Amino acid sequence: MTERKTPLLDELEKGPWPSFVTQIKEAAEKNDSAKDLLLQLEQSFREKKGHWKHGGIVGVRGYGAGVIGRYSDKPEEYPNIAEFHTLRINQPSGWFYSTKALRTVCDLWEKHGSGLTNFHGSTGDVILLGTTTNELQPTFDDFIDAGFDLGGSGSALRTPSCCCGPARCEWACFDTLDLCNDLTHAFQDEMHRPMWPYKFKIKISGCPNDCVAAIARSDLSIIGTWRDNLQINQEEVKKYAESGMDIRGMVCEKCPTKALTFNVETKELSCKFEDCTRCMHCINTMPKAIRPGKEKGATILIGGKATILRSAFLSWVIVPFMKLEPPYTELKELIEKIWEWWDENGKTRERVGELIYRLGMGNFLRAVGLEPVPQMVKEPRANPYIFWQADEISK
Amino acid sequence: MKLSRTDLGPPDYREMLPPVIKENYGQWAYHEYIRPGVIKHVSEKGAELFTVRVGSPRLVNVDYIRDICDLADKYCDGYLRFTSRNNVEFLLSNGANVEPLLDELKQKGYPVGGTGRSISNIVHTQGWIHCHTPATDASGIVKAVMDDLYDYFTRDDLPAKLRIAMACCLNMCGAVHCSDIAILGIHRTVPRIDHERLSKVCEIPTVVASCPTAAIKPDPKKKSVKITEEKCMYCGNCFTMCPAMEIMDPDNDGIAILVGGKVSNARMAPAFSRLAIPFLPNNPPRWPEVTEAVRNIVETWVADAKKGERMGEWINRIGWERFFARTGIPFTDKHIDDYIFSVPTFRSTTNFKW
Repeated sequence: MTERKTPLLDELEKGPWPSFVTQIKEAAEKNDSAKDLLLQLEQSFREKKGHWKHGGIVGVRGYGAGVIGRYSDKPEEYPNIAEFHTLRINQPSGWFYSTKALRTVCDLWEKHGSGLTNFHGSTGDVILLGTTTNELQPTFDDFIDAGFDLGGSGSALRTPSCCCGPARCEWACFDTLDLCNDLTHAFQDEMHRPMWPYKFKIKISGCPNDCVAAIARSDLSIIGTWRDNLQINQEEVKKYAESGMDIRGMVCEKCPTKALTFNVETKELSCKFEDCTRCMHCINTMPKAIRPGKEKGATILIGGKATILRSAFLSWVIVPFMKLEPPYTELKELIEKIWEWWDENGKTRERVGELIYRLGMGNFLRAVGLEPVPQMVKEPRANPYIFWQADEISK
Repeated sequence: MKLSRTDLGPPDYREMLPPVIKENYGQWAYHEYIRPGVIKHVSEKGAELFTVRVGSPRLVNVDYIRDICDLADKYCDGYLRFTSRNNVEFLLSNGANVEPLLDELKQKGYPVGGTGRSISNIVHTQGWIHCHTPATDASGIVKAVMDDLYDYFTRDDLPAKLRIAMACCLNMCGAVHCSDIAILGIHRTVPRIDHERLSKVCEIPTVVASCPTAAIKPDPKKKSVKITEEKCMYCGNCFTMCPAMEIMDPDNDGIAILVGGKVSNARMAPAFSRLAIPFLPNNPPRWPEVTEAVRNIVETWVADAKKGERMGEWINRIGWERFFARTGIPFTDKHIDDYIFSVPTFRSTTNFKW
């Protein structure tokens, strides 16, 4: 049989950036499903059209999530990808791996599937890209015996993710890795058995730099913060000044609230605590001289999501400061109240941010037991369409 | 039938941490950028951790992973991690191993960079490789754009960092809505309904509810639905919910470019990406119109932005009228919002520039 050519994809093997086409071709040498994937992809490039059907429901015993069904819409031409499902493997917190763990993943996946993966999927899981329906249970059984479980999918809790936190970063305001691991283990049922209006994502960043984009990409965003003043090491400030850094221009003038003053004579930097909004800019610029404060914890925000359906939202503040120490009881209780209210009131495919938009922050705060504070808003309402509760009105 | 174990959760991250991290966990003091792609962290005790960051195509086969593992075994005792943007990070406790690792990475053609003021890896989705609702491919465009912008990955002297993300359709599975530059697959024509098939494969109330502009109504006579075409903006959500609402249109599907978003709180609050170019054609395998448009935006920003200004901050300072003038990108009626939160985006002040 003559080798079918892939001239369009071959073009993407040229150039300095590592080529995913080369990755597929190498897998195709050992695996027929990777070969068919390559050929169908070439057809897609030629026709400018995808060739995957809307997936059916496939899964593993005991779970309703973690497997994405995928079927080629050209099974006669590409029989080896007639069924080409994906498994999501829950990553270790912070995406830290030993080579031993990674090699295990490789060996098991090569045994059961195409040999192609994504490190990682957008939510954070390891994506095992492509196997048949019959292989799903054996694949899962092997992986769980090796210590790996599936991640979330569908209308369930999606796999939580976190930044590298105190493992490497001096700015981590709490143990992001431990929290992510703890929540993931605590909410296994919610992850594996979809029972909600729609998906729910939790992302955890150790500081306001928000390296996992929690504010943009999660329904519940946990972002590290502190509530006392910055810690400034004046010796190090002097060194930065002497090295030629334009502290006034690059640090003080860029402070969004003008909280910083640099005394050119004494070469001392001071921060007016009541004006600082902890944006991280000065810390980012002078890491040896400035550090977050000592009273550390996290800000909890809600509502982040992408555009479908009612526009993209960035999460908004619901708890300005929460101390985060194991077993994280206060946080878990809040999360469970949020889920209960959203599950009770949400329409199908309504994200929690959209539900709050529909029913109002007043109803949300009362339902989950949070007091309204100005830190929740950029500005109060302009329209006077105010709802009053029955107990606020005289009869 | 063998009983499966379930609900065990992920492996313990603590077992994946190198000794230098375990011994200095939560006790890091500061970090420095040694050179593009290499970060040094120093702990309170003076211990050093070197991170070497390598760009990957995200779609990788198991032999790639094994190759990365070989490198990690050789240079850093078998410890590594991945970043939230799909880069590989080798975690070295021995500084003397950094140069030899860099040499070997260079020989293998693995790009080292993506740190500091650079363009890092492009977060992206499945596209034609695995998605059932793509308007375009993802990995192909990422490869084309990163080939073109390769030098920006391996430098760290841009005005500020620049984050590019790519989504193959409006579902935005990679969350492009807050990127310095967002590349987004779009449709431009109303779905073609397969009325014969619809009631067999779709729930009609779900399809009706899936439309952001209420353009879909039930059509009881046909046992199907009908679309009020003027209300449809081809978002494709109905197609996501129902395969009988065919929306893929190879002749008209294409790519939009949005700019100016960010997720960090530094200096300026997080912000959405906003429309720069409403349509560029789908031209595999290299998408030259897209790579040219992205390069133009990047180069205009590099030349014009002050040090420390991300794309959105630069635009904020100069004003959107200047952005369109300086990039030469046409401003059209399509740039003006007409969805539910439109009015606050209008300029209700005479404070504009000529």
